[in-house]
Amino acid sequence: MSASFLPTGVEYIRLLPEIILAIFGTVVMMASPLRPKESRNFLYTLTLIGLVAALWASIAAYASPGTAFQGMVIIDGFGTFFRVLVIGVGILTILISHQYLTRERAEPGEYYSLLLLSVLGQCVMVTANELIMLFIGLEVSSIASYVMAGYLRHDRRNNESALKYFLLGSFATAFLLYGVAWIYGITGTTNLAEVRAALLTPGLAPTGMLASAAAALMFIGFAFKVSAAPFHVWAPDVYQGAPAPVAAFLSAGPKAAAFAILLRVYMTAFEPLADRWEPILWLSALLTMVIGNFAALTQTNIKRLLAYSSVAHAGYVMVAVTTNTEMGTAAAMFYLASYAFMNIGAFAVVAHISRQGEKYVQIQDLAGLGVRQPLTAALLSVFMLSLIGVPLTAGFFGKFYIFKAALDANLVWLTVLGLLNSAVAAYYYLRVIVVMYMQEPVESTDSLPPLPTGLKATLWGAAAGTFLLGIFPSLVLDFAGRSAALVK
Amino acid sequence: MLLNMILFLPLAGFLLLLFFPREQRGAIKTTALLVSLLVFVASLGLIPEVRNAPTAMSYETNVSWIDYPPIRYHVGIDGLSLWLVILSTLLTPITVLVSWNYIQKRVKEFFAFLLLLEFGMIGVFLAMDLFLFYVFFEVTLVPMYFLIGIWGHDKRIYAAVKFFLYTLAGSVLMLAAIIYLYNRGGTFDYPILLEMLRNGRLALSSTEQFWLFMAFFFAFAVKVPLFPLHTWLPDAHGEAPTAGSIILASVLLKMGTYGLVRFCLPMFPGAARDNAPWIVALAITGIIYGALVAMIQPNMKRLVAYSSVSHLGFVVLGIFSFNQLALDGAVYQMLNHGVSTGALFMLVGYLYERRHSLEIADYGGVATPAPFLSAMFMITMLASVGLPTLNNFVGEFLVLQGAAQVNFTWAVFAAVGVILSAVYMLWMYQRTFFGEVSEELRSHMHDLSPREWATIIPLVVLMIWMGTGTQTFLPVISASNERTLEQTKTNVEFQVNASPSLSSQVKELLNVR
Repeated sequence: MSASFLPTGVEYIRLLPEIILAIFGTVVMMASPLRPKESRNFLYTLTLIGLVAALWASIAAYASPGTAFQGMVIIDGFGTFFRVLVIGVGILTILISHQYLTRERAEPGEYYSLLLLSVLGQCVMVTANELIMLFIGLEVSSIASYVMAGYLRHDRRNNESALKYFLLGSFATAFLLYGVAWIYGITGTTNLAEVRAALLTPGLAPTGMLASAAAALMFIGFAFKVSAAPFHVWAPDVYQGAPAPVAAFLSAGPKAAAFAILLRVYMTAFEPLADRWEPILWLSALLTMVIGNFAALTQTNIKRLLAYSSVAHAGYVMVAVTTNTEMGTAAAMFYLASYAFMNIGAFAVVAHISRQGEKYVQIQDLAGLGVRQPLTAALLSVFMLSLIGVPLTAGFFGKFYIFKAALDANLVWLTVLGLLNSAVAAYYYLRVIVVMYMQEPVESTDSLPPLPTGLKATLWGAAAGTFLLGIFPSLVLDFAGRSAALVK
Repeated sequence: MLLNMILFLPLAGFLLLLFFPREQRGAIKTTALLVSLLVFVASLGLIPEVRNAPTAMSYETNVSWIDYPPIRYHVGIDGLSLWLVILSTLLTPITVLVSWNYIQKRVKEFFAFLLLLEFGMIGVFLAMDLFLFYVFFEVTLVPMYFLIGIWGHDKRIYAAVKFFLYTLAGSVLMLAAIIYLYNRGGTFDYPILLEMLRNGRLALSSTEQFWLFMAFFFAFAVKVPLFPLHTWLPDAHGEAPTAGSIILASVLLKMGTYGLVRFCLPMFPGAARDNAPWIVALAITGIIYGALVAMIQPNMKRLVAYSSVSHLGFVVLGIFSFNQLALDGAVYQMLNHGVSTGALFMLVGYLYERRHSLEIADYGGVATPAPFLSAMFMITMLASVGLPTLNNFVGEFLVLQGAAQVNFTWAVFAAVGVILSAVYMLWMYQRTFFGEVSEELRSHMHDLSPREWATIIPLVVLMIWMGTGTQTFLPVISASNERTLEQTKTNVEFQVNASPSLSSQVKELLNVR
């Protein structure tokens, strides 16, 4: 490494997506009070341009992979995959949010700006190569999303959601930071590769226990962010209370980024401790699946149902993490990508059905949607079937690759229990389809306005993604497989 | 190419129907009929080549679908699947006709789902890649779920969800087994896996074989359904619309028995033989239990549904007797049951369209106002009972004879089921068609319309043809079964006392009749 602390040109290119997102985030916020009063589309367009530019920059940055800023961030296939994923989630969320904010008569400026900053935080997380950077990314992403969860500040549910998310979230990140401090104390470094090297050094035996404790502390923080049991209790309340597009965003973007850092930290830095954390993850994965699925069975509120379902899906991804293999990593990457499509699609429909003030969020409010709006109902059915894991949809291959990796790693019981869980899950997803197609229309569906354009685009995009990954999974899996080998 | 066309035409038809405006009901129905008829005619073209080489895979296509893990689009047809494919392609246009007037709401979706279902059914019988098989096996669930749930009777939602969950719960474990096999053998390709198992390159310990067998067996046993996993079936059959019941009984149940013959026996011969005793016990229990429960059903559809449990018990008995006669009988019985029970459900549906009731008590004396309908019903009912010269007799006879060679007690108990089937069917027929006809019923009961004639005639012809002209169908089945039995002898010490000349005995026997 050169003695100079000034970054070189290529390092800026490697960090270009973050730079673009930061600039656009600031500009959108500044432009918000200055824009002409009536034009809502201006900020919307500006935000979309920012995200698309960042998307392009992430792909461009991958042309010159490597580390940047004294090894603080690393641009590799893994990071690029997740960068593209979280930015993509951001784009889809914006498409849903535009109509939603207009409907709720909410100020769009701060919302878009916060979303850009949250995506920025996630991009930092997924490319972070050391613990402090990772923590900063996590905080940027989290704080922006705390505010977004309570964005409609006159709505009591929003307030409750934001408060719960913030209090529990900061508590969990404190654990994470405490773990980072321990690691620094034991190894004298926060760089992932160096932590790994230090843990591999023979003669570390007296501190091996300490390192495991630190890893456990950090796991609390990660488990909270991915909503893995027993740290999942916030998820249902927050998802239910937050605006529907924000819930869509939370269940896809921050969760994917949190899984990315969980994978990166445990597969690289803490890999020497694998035999200590694997049993804990095993148990957590099982608990997450069981709690998520069984709690979802009795829900009547569709947002809460999707929240528990998202807990359950976190459990499936935890199975992939537990394998501690490259194939498991690739499976988790594929799963998170497919989950983003189907879940955002489902939440987009919820946002549409709920109407102003989110009046209609019960499952029963979907009754007769199949008659009133066949297209919306058909697309939601596709997402539900994909969440069940029916073949030819993305969800099927997601589960298939995860359980294949688990069987490869000899996690036979976890596989069997996980698969049975996915059969249980079919019940509550099917209930949504039952209500849509097999019951007579009710007031909520009778008065439903046609799908707005942005929402339609999101739904079609998500459905296309769901089918594409379900019929030609190689498109994504090949890249995931190649990038799953993390730099150690 | 022909085979791929047969497989994908229904899918193309499904997609085509989605683009029709929903008001054009006539055009939608006509398109569905034409597509399914075209598929049927095309599927008849498969016969000559498969007949020439019933044990080999004909019309094979084997191309890569997904690079990693290597999942291949590998389809082919042989003597075992030939008639099942043709049964599927024959029944689809028939069900389109059956539903012509019956379906009044959401016409477009109904016919689209029928074609999607056909795609799944044909795919199941053609797939030669375990993964592809699983995909098709699951794909059939979705359209069937909608058919029951949207167009069914009163308790349709309960029935639809139960159907979906039962089958899914059964099949996820099969998926685990498929993945396990892949991890051990490195391929999903079925012929390659079989070859590896045969030559010992993939050696499974007896524990592994047991669990893998159980995973596959459980998935198929739910589908068959084998007692005591059958409880979804009366609900699904009873609540489904006529077309749904026909397809469910005639084809979807056969996916289970087909799976047993195609996958369970050849891949895990040791485990299959070891577990045969209790499976046979369950099958015989199912035969008798199904018949007894059918006897007391007040609802016609549920009666026919329980009779399916009984009939499918014969098939499972035949499969797990490990004997050429019994296996031939079992596979033949799969087709017979498809034809005769399909026809029974159709005729019950016709009664329902006239009287809007499925309760036997609401009928009586139907033969007076509708003699032809009653005659057709009688032929079908007698076929189902197993009257000689009609189709079911041949299948049941072969199964019983084969089973008797292995274990005479089995045959005795199973034969009780034949007697009981006569009891419940004849009693139902008597209460429905004979006796005084009420004025109200008379006003509803018009006789068969030309469209209805067109749906029942092919099936009645088949019942007689399959009952008398067995040589048209059996040699192909027999040849492929001989191969299957040969495969079940690899790596197994235990042998059933089946003499090698048995297959020639079969031919002799059939020629005599």
